[in-house]
Amino acid sequence: MAEERKKRLALVASKGSLDEAYSPLILATTAAAMGWEVGIFFTFFGFDIISKKRMHALKVAPIANPAFPEPIPAVPVKVPNIIGTIPGMTHIATAFMKSWMGRANLPTVPEFVEMAQEMGVRLFACAMTMGVMGVKEEDLIDGCEFVGATTFLDYAADADVSLYM
Amino acid sequence: MSAEFKVEKTVDYKGLFCPMPIVKVSKDIKDIEVGQVLEMLADDPGSKPDMQAWSKHTGNELLDMQEEGGVFKFYVRRAS
Repeated sequence: MAEERKKRLALVASKGSLDEAYSPLILATTAAAMGWEVGIFFTFFGFDIISKKRMHALKVAPIANPAFPEPIPAVPVKVPNIIGTIPGMTHIATAFMKSWMGRANLPTVPEFVEMAQEMGVRLFACAMTMGVMGVKEEDLIDGCEFVGATTFLDYAADADVSLYM
Repeated sequence: MSAEFKVEKTVDYKGLFCPMPIVKVSKDIKDIEVGQVLEMLADDPGSKPDMQAWSKHTGNELLDMQEEGGVFKFYVRRAS
């Protein structure tokens, strides 16, 4: 029997806030668990997800995010968005979010990235972003592939699912 | 549905949410031999359709699925 071609997921991760880092990591690990090939192209602020230092300190800002904070039991009232301008609110919002995620036993971003790598997810670092944002290879975690858009598109051309996040 | 198979290994993922039960079960299935059965417990409400989709894509056969008091029990036979 001929070897069946594996399905492939190609993601672009372009955002570096705590909440938005999770979406590509969740989809990537799930697809890998389903036996798919997975590649994530990290670009612009998505670099923070694979940055040795910054991956540990991703934040979520309540300002200009009308959905935040969620009306949850811990915060039963809807906090006016303008409160987000007060210094320290990003720190507080981040602490809230991390506590919810911890309660749900969700891995941290660094744990998620490590898990993805163990599952064979390929991490493509956008070479252009490195130049524009002054990121060096040693700033990123081990195992990243440094590629341009052309290489990623070549990979994505054979993908069954492609998403920009 | 009657259980006409022997459970080789049981894993308990109650309290975990998507994608963790699926991610973990994809590793656990490799700990048993082809043809053996893994039992997985979960209470993530998404785990029922997710396990069906995972089974469809990986070929590991979902033999049985039970629900009791918000807890799901899945029985998966390793395919390859």
